Amino acid sequence: MESLEKILQQHPFIQGLAPEHVQLIVGCAKNAVFEAGKFLFKEDEEAGEFYILRSGKVSLEIYTPEYGPVAIQTVGEGDILGWSWLIPPYFWRMDGRAIETTRAISLDGKCLRGKCEKDPKLGYELMKRLANVFEQRLNAMRLQLLDIYSIKVPNKK
Amino acid sequence: MNPMIPNPYIIQKVKKETQDVFTVELIPAEGEQKFSFGAGQFNMLYIFGTGEVPISISGDPNKSDVLIHTTRTVGTVTKAMSKLKTGDTIGVRGPYGSTWPVKEAIGNDVVIIAGGIGLAPLRTVIYEILRERESYGRIAILYGTRTPEDILFKRELEKLKSRLDLDVQVTVDRAARGWNGNVGVVTTLIPRARFDPKNTTAMICGPEIMMKYSISELMKSGLSAEKIFLSMERNMKCGVGFCGHCQYGPEFICKDGPVFSYKKIKHLFGKREI
Repeated sequence: MESLEKILQQHPFIQGLAPEHVQLIVGCAKNAVFEAGKFLFKEDEEAGEFYILRSGKVSLEIYTPEYGPVAIQTVGEGDILGWSWLIPPYFWRMDGRAIETTRAISLDGKCLRGKCEKDPKLGYELMKRLANVFEQRLNAMRLQLLDIYSIKVPNKK
Repeated sequence: MNPMIPNPYIIQKVKKETQDVFTVELIPAEGEQKFSFGAGQFNMLYIFGTGEVPISISGDPNKSDVLIHTTRTVGTVTKAMSKLKTGDTIGVRGPYGSTWPVKEAIGNDVVIIAGGIGLAPLRTVIYEILRERESYGRIAILYGTRTPEDILFKRELEKLKSRLDLDVQVTVDRAARGWNGNVGVVTTLIPRARFDPKNTTAMICGPEIMMKYSISELMKSGLSAEKIFLSMERNMKCGVGFCGHCQYGPEFICKDGPVFSYKKIKHLFGKREI
């Protein structure tokens, strides 16, 4: 069986980090498995972790009183899931529900925040990597907002 | 033969694919003539008394006895077309335009990226590639559409998805609970697909903005511009490069396209003025 350290080292999110930083991250990591239908987290709960997904699929949903849960995005193998652990007040903004058996590396956000405070270099490296994830999600969300497959073209000139 | 004169074809079958997309199957009105075309080409379909529109061919290029078109009800002509019944006559001119690089992709991994109705012209590529599956490497079919109800060729996609030699991923922009597939734009599927970027041909068809983001994602993965192909759309009238309606810089979409390598039109693609 591959060690957590080896798995993390091979992931693009971690690749290129200094070995001592990888060690610090490994100290906050553990394996996690979620059966289909189980929630990884729920909106308004404290965001204690974030996940590097190894397999499976997670649906990110927002609950609406009118329509029930609405799926906003699906994330899967290789994706980074969650940044609420980094941004006060550290609460999840949506539900994360496994729609297939999902294997992940769970990283303790509080533990990582502490290590980043003590070692700003690690903090900066992680922030740069997370900024990439933010950018990808934001771009995808912009495209999704355009509703490009709709017949109606808004104010076409 | 005058390229502006349509040939009469009889509607053999009309099939409603989704709420606003339908497929027509056509056979020649006279004799048993075969209709040969290449994957990616289109025909000008003429609804007598209403008008003419360019529609991609969505059937199997190796089945020349029946002509299949899939289109969406968006304007007067397609609306009239959607109301035609079996036995009605339609005018056909074509086939026109360039083809997808199906032969050139032999030996390569292939990534097919379709958005919405863009799956229709790319279905011809899927037929072609599957006929010689062993000649290609890994094949990924990535398809994005609006909702689960808008998924085109659903049964065929399900069949393809069950094959072990294909990676078929479908995503929708929005869905209620009960949908266990992907939610998100089609570009989010690209980093998850497995292919060797140095040895991959990508073919994309869909709204231009979706193609733009897909190209950017493919290039981030390491694909070069000459290995990326896309099908462009502009207002076409004559279909043969006479009228100039579909001029795209120095190119005519109807004659030089609709399929272009990204390398060829890179300097034009996404330009607001063109």
